[in-house]
Amino acid sequence: MEEKIKSIIKTSGNSPDRLMDILLSVQKEFRCVPEEAVSLIASALGISEADVNQTKTFYHFFSSKPVGKYAVYLNNAAVSGMMGMAEVADEFEKQAGIKFGETTPDGLISLDYTACIGMSDQEPAALINSVVFTELTREKVKEIVAGMKEGKTVESMVPEYGDGNNAHPLVKSMVKNNIRKAGPVCLGDYDAGKTLSKALSMNPKDVISEVQKSNLRGRGGAGFPTGLKWLFCSQESGERYVICNADEGEPGTFKDRVLLTERAKMIFEGMTIAGWAIGAKEGIVYLRYEYDYLLKFLNSILDEMREKNMLGKNIMGKGFDYDIRIQSGAGAYVCGEESALIESTEGKRGEPRNRPPFPTQSGYNEKPTIINNVETFCSAVKIVEKGGEWFSNMGTEESSGTKLLSISGDCKQPGVYEVEWGMTIKEMLDMVDATDVQAVQVAGPSGVCVPPSQFSRKIAIEDLATGGSMIVVGKQRDLIKDIVLNFMEFFEDESCGSCITCRSFNMILRRMVEKIVEGRGIKPDLDNMVQWGEIMRNTSRCGLGQTSANPVSTTISNFRELYESKVKDVDFQSDFDMKKAIIESCEAVGRPPVVHE
Amino acid sequence: MSDTIKFTIDGKECTGKKGQLLVDAAAENGVYIPVLCHWKDVKPAGSCRICTVKVNNRYVTACTLPIDENCGDVENNTPELQDIRKAIVEMLFVEGNHFCPACEKSGDCDLQALGYKYQMMVPRFPYAFERRELDAKSPKIFLEKNRCIFCKRCIRMIKDEKGRSYFAFKGRGKHLEISMDEKLAANISDELAQEAMDICPVGAILKKEVGFINPIGKRKYDNEPIGSDIEKSK
Repeated sequence: MEEKIKSIIKTSGNSPDRLMDILLSVQKEFRCVPEEAVSLIASALGISEADVNQTKTFYHFFSSKPVGKYAVYLNNAAVSGMMGMAEVADEFEKQAGIKFGETTPDGLISLDYTACIGMSDQEPAALINSVVFTELTREKVKEIVAGMKEGKTVESMVPEYGDGNNAHPLVKSMVKNNIRKAGPVCLGDYDAGKTLSKALSMNPKDVISEVQKSNLRGRGGAGFPTGLKWLFCSQESGERYVICNADEGEPGTFKDRVLLTERAKMIFEGMTIAGWAIGAKEGIVYLRYEYDYLLKFLNSILDEMREKNMLGKNIMGKGFDYDIRIQSGAGAYVCGEESALIESTEGKRGEPRNRPPFPTQSGYNEKPTIINNVETFCSAVKIVEKGGEWFSNMGTEESSGTKLLSISGDCKQPGVYEVEWGMTIKEMLDMVDATDVQAVQVAGPSGVCVPPSQFSRKIAIEDLATGGSMIVVGKQRDLIKDIVLNFMEFFEDESCGSCITCRSFNMILRRMVEKIVEGRGIKPDLDNMVQWGEIMRNTSRCGLGQTSANPVSTTISNFRELYESKVKDVDFQSDFDMKKAIIESCEAVGRPPVVHE
Repeated sequence: MSDTIKFTIDGKECTGKKGQLLVDAAAENGVYIPVLCHWKDVKPAGSCRICTVKVNNRYVTACTLPIDENCGDVENNTPELQDIRKAIVEMLFVEGNHFCPACEKSGDCDLQALGYKYQMMVPRFPYAFERRELDAKSPKIFLEKNRCIFCKRCIRMIKDEKGRSYFAFKGRGKHLEISMDEKLAANISDELAQEAMDICPVGAILKKEVGFINPIGKRKYDNEPIGSDIEKSK
């Protein structure tokens, strides 16, 4: 073991800022990061073991005990639940003979849950040793587990390959693209290298002003003007970095998966144009671990671009040196927050930083850095190609251009749609063929739960802003139990825990929702939950804590009658359950207590 | 351009140096902004959120905000902010397991002192009753995880001569806990162990071998509420 680990540390760069890569390789090699490895890594990097563990224990896909030879991670996001996850989980448990959270005694199979893996259009889905299995059923689970027992490779258990690059020799995945509507920006015609050549013949300042002219706003969800971000960063001095945020973790979103599969060159081209515009020499793609099945393919595209002199030294003979590397994540929703993403890229826990300073002033390695979403870089390519005005003529006044929507849940046509901003929810529901809709969850758990009375609202940054996640919730669903509780469990797990308010309130609110679902809730609980959520919004450091009360607060405000039907109309009720509290002692004495009223 | 910044806190005129953290500048002007994670001249953590103030109507933590010309009017002791701070103290009491009468830090504890300052009676939140461990492996230190409020002071400040941290977080979210490096802590010096105990705002880090050294009446907050020293300084 010692030799192997030493060689991993050496190939990964033997530096604390490469700790993520080291841990990823060790986990892959030994199916866990054992104590011995922690100790070796700590002494090689000159940090304490506690520090190595600090990073290790932060990420979902690092483990202390070995996961199975076949490590199953079943997605337990809300949409997976809607599409039949419970049955699939039950079948996995039956076939493997263990419960979720356990490993078979022979070490063959381990079963775990994981948060949304970006397959909401083809749920229930699971990762098995980072190979994706979609649209699982009891039957398919039986076959898969039988294959494991026969010792088949995970890759050989993939029944058929998906469309487009999903069938590429380096991907070989059963994932389907489900591109339902291609628009003119991200999913339209694309001629690799054409725009880069144009950009490199322009003055960097002109590239930025073209992007500013387009009014492009960040596609990850926050909607910050992209041109302005680039401008701020370009005005700083010294070394600068471009980072592409490919950590789409918001449950219900999967459009970046499709772009990474079908528009990889366009993303890299956009990053290179951004590098030219701000004066950077290095770009980094932070790729969520759930998309590890695309890693080899993406690296091969980078190689191809280097061969074609679209990356590397003296790009296209214009004297511009620039290259891109891919940094893998290891399972943490909060790393989609830009400063947490930077921390993670530096090999640390993905804890969001305090602002100021902003990443454009002090980002990766404390150098000025721009971080943009995958879709933002694709949009920038088209903007430079066709002009800012062409782009800003689409969409609404405040939200220009098109937006990729990841639409899933109770609709007949789930998938990716590229639409102009400004579409109403009603139009969207017609487009995806959804009927009997109870609610639409716009922008994922951190967004808004929209009731039918508001379906005329527009999908636009000025009205219903979204990074793309749209979950259609049918009337047959128990909104509080299936959706709200699931979302709060998600936030409770994914809070980095650094802010007191986010760590505690997510736990408290989850417990309150559970209390209501179990029929123990009382009327004052509702107003309390709204007020407590407000404190969390106002005092938390990053977007996670500032928005994670939304599942509770937006449903209490839009679906209050649902809650009121579940709570008792009394002012006080003790949370103390006498019967439950004395179960153990009753068992010990072998009889129920004698109660003197 | 002058380096001196003029601003007000709840109407009181204050001055400070440009770039100085608001919480420090306030203290120099005799204004107490409560803190649990902040320690002067150490990189801010901004994790306890109790120093939340309003600057230009936006919520911001005073321990992470460098002051500049845009500071204008800072709100500090408004009923709204007082209630937020009280809520945070209450939240810390329900999240961990704090039994003041049995704690060596009682009377020297910042969390307890803030509980008195904000007149906490019964927390408005349901108790979590989380069970946490006590780590007594180090010959010099008890790490009582039930009392940790995750301020990161020990993580940021207690390091060995090579810059390695004795303390670190483990896990995330609801599973977050403070941990101590077993190997390093086996040889921690008396001075450093004492420093770790002194900077801990609560009773999570206690030095072994000596106990309850300050008698009642001579403890930090026996005679005056927390923050009095700052408020009386000017």
